[in-house]
Amino acid sequence: MTLPDAVAAVLWLGVTAYALLGGADFGAGFWDLVAGGAHRGKQQRALIEHSIGPVWEANHVWLIFVLVVMWTAFPGLFGAVSSTLWIPLTIAAFGVIARGSAFAFRKNVTALWQRQAFGAAFAASSVVTPYFLGAAAGAVASGRVPPGIGTGNAVTSWWNPVSDLTGALAVVVCAYLAAVYLTADARRSGDQELIAQFRARALVAGVAAGIIAVAGIAVLHADAPALSTGLTHRALPLVIISAAAGIIALGLLYLRLFLTARIVAALAVTAVIWGWAVAQYPYVLQSRLTISAAAATHSVLVAVLVSMAAGAVLLVPSLLWLYLIFQRTELPAGRDVAAGAGRARASG
Amino acid sequence: MGFSLAWHIVLACFGVGLPGLVLFAEWRGIRTGDVHYRLLARRWAKALGLLFAVGAVSGTIVSIEMGVLWSGLMSRWGQVIGLPFAIEGIAFFIEAIFLGIYLYGWDRLPPRVHLWSGVPIFVAGLSGAFFVVSANAWMNTPTGYTIRGGKITNVDPWAAMFNPATGPETTHMILAALMVTAFGTASVYAVAMLRGRRDRYHRLGLLMPLTAGAILTPLQIVAGDWAARGVAAHQPVKLAAMEGLAKTTKGAPEALGGIFYDGSLHYAIKIPDGLSLLTRLNPHATIAGLDSVPADDRPPLVTLVHLSFDTMVAIGFGLLALGAWLAWSWWRQREFPRTPWFLRAVAVSGLAAVVATELGWITTEVGRQPWIVYGVLRVANAVNPEPGIQYGFWAVLGIYAILTVVTVAVLRHMTRSVPVPREPQPADVESYRVT
Repeated sequence: MTLPDAVAAVLWLGVTAYALLGGADFGAGFWDLVAGGAHRGKQQRALIEHSIGPVWEANHVWLIFVLVVMWTAFPGLFGAVSSTLWIPLTIAAFGVIARGSAFAFRKNVTALWQRQAFGAAFAASSVVTPYFLGAAAGAVASGRVPPGIGTGNAVTSWWNPVSDLTGALAVVVCAYLAAVYLTADARRSGDQELIAQFRARALVAGVAAGIIAVAGIAVLHADAPALSTGLTHRALPLVIISAAAGIIALGLLYLRLFLTARIVAALAVTAVIWGWAVAQYPYVLQSRLTISAAAATHSVLVAVLVSMAAGAVLLVPSLLWLYLIFQRTELPAGRDVAAGAGRARASG
Repeated sequence: MGFSLAWHIVLACFGVGLPGLVLFAEWRGIRTGDVHYRLLARRWAKALGLLFAVGAVSGTIVSIEMGVLWSGLMSRWGQVIGLPFAIEGIAFFIEAIFLGIYLYGWDRLPPRVHLWSGVPIFVAGLSGAFFVVSANAWMNTPTGYTIRGGKITNVDPWAAMFNPATGPETTHMILAALMVTAFGTASVYAVAMLRGRRDRYHRLGLLMPLTAGAILTPLQIVAGDWAARGVAAHQPVKLAAMEGLAKTTKGAPEALGGIFYDGSLHYAIKIPDGLSLLTRLNPHATIAGLDSVPADDRPPLVTLVHLSFDTMVAIGFGLLALGAWLAWSWWRQREFPRTPWFLRAVAVSGLAAVVATELGWITTEVGRQPWIVYGVLRVANAVNPEPGIQYGFWAVLGIYAILTVVTVAVLRHMTRSVPVPREPQPADVESYRVT
């Protein structure tokens, strides 16, 4: 494995982390959107808010990580992608603003119409952003982003059969991951109805993702032959793992083995992402630009690896602590206990 | 992009400084058990959560804009200047993680563990500011690479990061961020005091940040001088624009105010030999003027650069005077000045600090034009050539306008929906939910 390959792998780990963590976060927003009216959807929205509250900001830092590593280590790739795909990236960026601020604002207002307005903004942007990021990914995968600054078509690069597919797939996969995670979260709350609701949602989303993936095979075969060949040959083992994991996860959900389902669902998504990379290897821009040609000079790649390794030493334990604290704590029902303990501690 | 950055920077200032204030208040609360400190810490923390969220998303936009708008810059130079952004990304990640732990763990973690869990937020905030500003410093004094036959080689990203402007720029900006937080927070309590809330809670809320601001300001004046000397040494044309100096002059005057047109500065108050004295400590020193480079290489909006610089410095000295007034009063009577004019001055000091910060950025960024990388890459050659980009600008403007209004409205609602009790009790403290 060469140095550019190693850095590309680090970049891809970042993409995977963003898909699994940020993606689930977006998916939670999707379920918030379809949770129902103010009264009916209240329990679901409370669960969603409680689950993503402490971790959503950390989940979305991965996007910045991906952007920054890309422009440092593969500046030519970054320039080509961000100039040709400026429209979907800008829309995704607006979605990020709307989402983060609406989520923060919603918690701090009391009037119902305001909560609903921010809630709608939060939920809508949770669908818009993954769609356009997915469409941008599809543009790259189908070879519609040529090397150079602004050389691709600013519209058809991301508005075409493959991009429509990958955009839709991104939204559904995010919803699926979120539903699987939320089902396990709901179990800690003990609310049987909530568990059943999210389990049903996870099953539906999983099946939908499968259908879109299968339809995708036909679309790719027609519209992106290079990628299609890569997926059916070099990357075939990963594609098979993804499909198998997807089906097994559905079974695990049905059998109410939620924690295992979480892991297997994550595996299915990871396999798809790495399958894409393997199918395209060694090109970053289909048939036009390879990893090594796009890579920065040796000293920069080394600097990136060294600083990311140093960063990981600090970040991984911190992330684990964050998730552990909030996986173990009580859900809304338990807040009185915590406050009471606080009072006892203060006076003691 | 300037607009997005101008917005982001205000929030980033609070993101850097407010954790320090919150931790200080929480620490005093733990040491003394005083409910006022404890309540201040909680209420400030809640504001911090909101501001951080909005600031974080505005930072994400800026990262995306770097690529979408400045593809020409990033595709060629991204590898030279990417490393500080990467490290800033790690710092920001740590901030986000520990902010989640700190805010959501307030009543779940033991008090000392909780306090310590907030320290990485502050440290990471300072580091992030350092790294991201060093990237801007590179744009002013580019180092760490060689150009051979049109290609960029011998890239040394560490040398690029620690370029000549890094020290002065990062120090100046970090102090600015802390000052914006200090005076900004103090203004809020000054307004409350002017409206009659003279209790201990508001007193502490005023004095804690104001004292910090008073200590920081003299340091900032020195840092500002350091930064200006750096500009004089490495970007003489920028200094010429900042001072409105049209012609290279021996024994150059310091020009305060004035408007630059028809190739020279009009209506300015000129102190003879002032600029030469300030820059080189020699009244006969020769200072480069705008005419030292061809017309194409000069910053286009000299009046803007010059007046921004002068106003920023004036505000800086104004804040220095405010801090000195407080220090004098404290020395004489262990109390802040009785006159309402003092509180009125504090009430506007927050806005003044923000304005000074923005003017400083205008000075350095517009003053660097037409270069986006000084002496190396012009703005015109760095921009994304795809058609329709200008619609993005209007969209960004509209979105940030809405965001500003909503952020202020939500902050006000947040503080008013749970009013501060006249005499806070421990129960008031514990029932105040930070998240």
